[in-house]
Amino acid sequence: MLDYVKLSALGLVAICAAIAANHARDLAYLVHAILIMLTAGGLFIWQLRRTDEPPVPVPEHEYMDGPVRAAAIATALWGVVGFLAGVFIAFQLAFPQLNFDWAQGYLNFGRLRPLHTSAVIFAFGGNALIAASFYIVQRTSAARMWGGNLSWFVFWGYQFFIVLAATGYVLGATQGQEYAEPEWYVDLWLTVVWVAFLLVFLGTLLKRREPHIYVANWFLLSFIVTVAMLHIVNNLSVPVSIFGARSVQVFSGVQNAMTQWWYGHNAVGFFLTAGFLGMMYYFIPKQAERPVYSYKLSIIHFWALIFLYIWAGPHHLHYTALPEWASTLGMVFSVVLWMPSWGGMINGLMTLSGAWDKLRTDPILRMMVTSVAFYGMSTFEGPMMSIRAVNALSHYTDWTIGHVHTGALGWNGMITFGMLYYLFPKLWHRRGLYSMRLVSWHYWLATIGIVFYAASMWVTGIMEGLMWREVDAQGFLVNSFADTVEAKFPLYVVRGLGGVLFLTGALIMVYNLWMTVARGTAKADAAPAMIPAE
Amino acid sequence: MKHPEEQILQQGDPDTTGHIWDGIKEFNNPMPRWWLWTFYATCAWGLVYTVLYPAWPLITGATPGVLGFSARAVVAQDIAEFDALNAPIRARMEQVELAAINPADNPDLYNYARQGGAAIFATWCSQCHGAGAAGAVGYPNLLDDDWLWGGSIDEIHYTISHGIRNQDDPAAHYSQMTAFDDILTDAEIASVVHYVLNISGQAHEDSLAATGAEVFLDNCAACHMDNGMGDRFLGAPNLTDAIWLYGGDADALEETVRHSRFGVMPPWSAAASDAGRLSEAEVRAVSVYVHSLGGGE
Repeated sequence: MLDYVKLSALGLVAICAAIAANHARDLAYLVHAILIMLTAGGLFIWQLRRTDEPPVPVPEHEYMDGPVRAAAIATALWGVVGFLAGVFIAFQLAFPQLNFDWAQGYLNFGRLRPLHTSAVIFAFGGNALIAASFYIVQRTSAARMWGGNLSWFVFWGYQFFIVLAATGYVLGATQGQEYAEPEWYVDLWLTVVWVAFLLVFLGTLLKRREPHIYVANWFLLSFIVTVAMLHIVNNLSVPVSIFGARSVQVFSGVQNAMTQWWYGHNAVGFFLTAGFLGMMYYFIPKQAERPVYSYKLSIIHFWALIFLYIWAGPHHLHYTALPEWASTLGMVFSVVLWMPSWGGMINGLMTLSGAWDKLRTDPILRMMVTSVAFYGMSTFEGPMMSIRAVNALSHYTDWTIGHVHTGALGWNGMITFGMLYYLFPKLWHRRGLYSMRLVSWHYWLATIGIVFYAASMWVTGIMEGLMWREVDAQGFLVNSFADTVEAKFPLYVVRGLGGVLFLTGALIMVYNLWMTVARGTAKADAAPAMIPAE
Repeated sequence: MKHPEEQILQQGDPDTTGHIWDGIKEFNNPMPRWWLWTFYATCAWGLVYTVLYPAWPLITGATPGVLGFSARAVVAQDIAEFDALNAPIRARMEQVELAAINPADNPDLYNYARQGGAAIFATWCSQCHGAGAAGAVGYPNLLDDDWLWGGSIDEIHYTISHGIRNQDDPAAHYSQMTAFDDILTDAEIASVVHYVLNISGQAHEDSLAATGAEVFLDNCAACHMDNGMGDRFLGAPNLTDAIWLYGGDADALEETVRHSRFGVMPPWSAAASDAGRLSEAEVRAVSVYVHSLGGGE
């Protein structure tokens, strides 16, 4: 019966998409309607071939690792795509000739920049978080994932969201809200996928066979719930036509700016911080084979972090039309957030006490620890930059870009690489990785790449901030914008090279992971047992 | 049953909480004291700061803060300080002779005029003449030395003050080219176009240009002069320098000959007409700026 409901639904979607394609008012919408039509049509045929087949028995006593494997592969592949886009746009900034005439309106900086940010945050980071959530929640609950194939829907639905978003950017469909660029129907689709994600996660937690919920799951759950709230509120918009991509935001002016940065800052806070802290809280104790340093610290810093982060957004709007009181509160909450953020760093680093010697021999653990160090660095830098007087210099400069990338490359990137190196042998039942030497190479390439990136952006950022504010004895500005662009050129090249190193490391990782699966020797005990602790 | 991956404790390890997840245990360590006290300190600082600065929203408005700080007031104060500092310079701007506003005689006045003039240009002039003053079709390039109404500092000042062919200022520059559509035959128009192509050094037909020379002398030379080099008193452009206001190819020239052109510029001096928007000091500043762009005479 359910098969026939699915078939009818898929057929209906394919027909509606065909009608929508016929009436499409813009190119992005047309391409998306055709994509939806083909996908629904393909699924229809796939479903048809499976209809009335006898059901395959579900191994209830085993973990469901299919979606985890898929998300781990997607993480590595989208990572390479996102890093490549980043390297390319970094060189576009240094050498504007790379904005080719023949690709204007498709591959120029303005179109590729959101492609890069979304590819690394949502495609690379998002898949890493899906893989981590599905893996961790099953292990620490000693339960198979809830919802049957719903987790597969989450995985494929999320990939479809990524494809719609990415093609939309290149074809010019954008809401113009930073990190929330996808248009209305893509937002609606992501909402459906995200609710399914929440259900799978909550369902698995509810059927757990452990008495308590592990700290990693607190962070992962807060990430899923808060991102749902942020996504819905910041994407409230009215479509101009149901046959077009364009929509108009419900909020306008400074209200819209405030909503956007409430969203934008908490995308960092809950997607890239809370979610990845969940990852850290599982994989570091696992890789170090040492208990978490302090349970008490994890409780206090968790609640402090999620309570404070949500108020910090206004620091993105210092010295704007935003009322002064909101600006002050944003700054104060950001500074108070410093220690709660560092609680995660302390718990991560101190978990290694008694196992520090492993850093010499285990490049995976070294990667994870370096990641936590970068986390500590950027969560100190962030509160500092939110201080109004510092922000007066740093805002709109490359310092911000450098700050974001110490967090993104150092913290999110390195912890994800560590996780993939941990997961691949486990998920494909291999004795170990294909090559630890290559992990070491990856580690050093990535670390040096980040240092190139961060150092060059500190220099250009502070330099251009000082150049912008320089006035002569009569109060006139000394430098034009073009003067700062010229002065930044050599450091833009250094930044691009840093990106090349980081990308090279990621390619080595992909090769290493591929060889682990293709050439690695299988482990004897294939399926891990689900055993609750006590 | 023990989990196969249960973490094994070392000699001297602190107590654990007793929880185990997938083999992971947790120590019962207290929070680091320095961490806790720094956290308390930032909370206390935050409370004090929100009392000192505008912070807590009320039903209408927000708490203003004990210090009375406002970012807008800080900017206003910065501007006021520089205004006070520059007051003597502004006063001299209207008194000193225009030609004396140069880097050698009055460096401070020149800097003020040039920088201030650039801001005025960006605000009022760039819409037509472009942000870089390179002009556009119908709007002269101000970077070169090809001037329609004169390129000395006094002539530029006059043009900016009164404008060109406008209804607002009787002292505006005025001239009007004849539209020759009804006056000359098609053949004559074609020939004079080729004559102008010739004297501006472009490809042309010699036979047409030869007959065109006569048409030019009879109809055009009164303003553009026998040699075609124009007359600044009438704002008649030089036709030999290959710099064109409305385009110099055969089509654009024919359009100009048949229907004429009538470029207008508003008067900017508030002293000269009601339509003017700039003070004398501002007109002078922007004159110095335009004069300094490269073509000033």
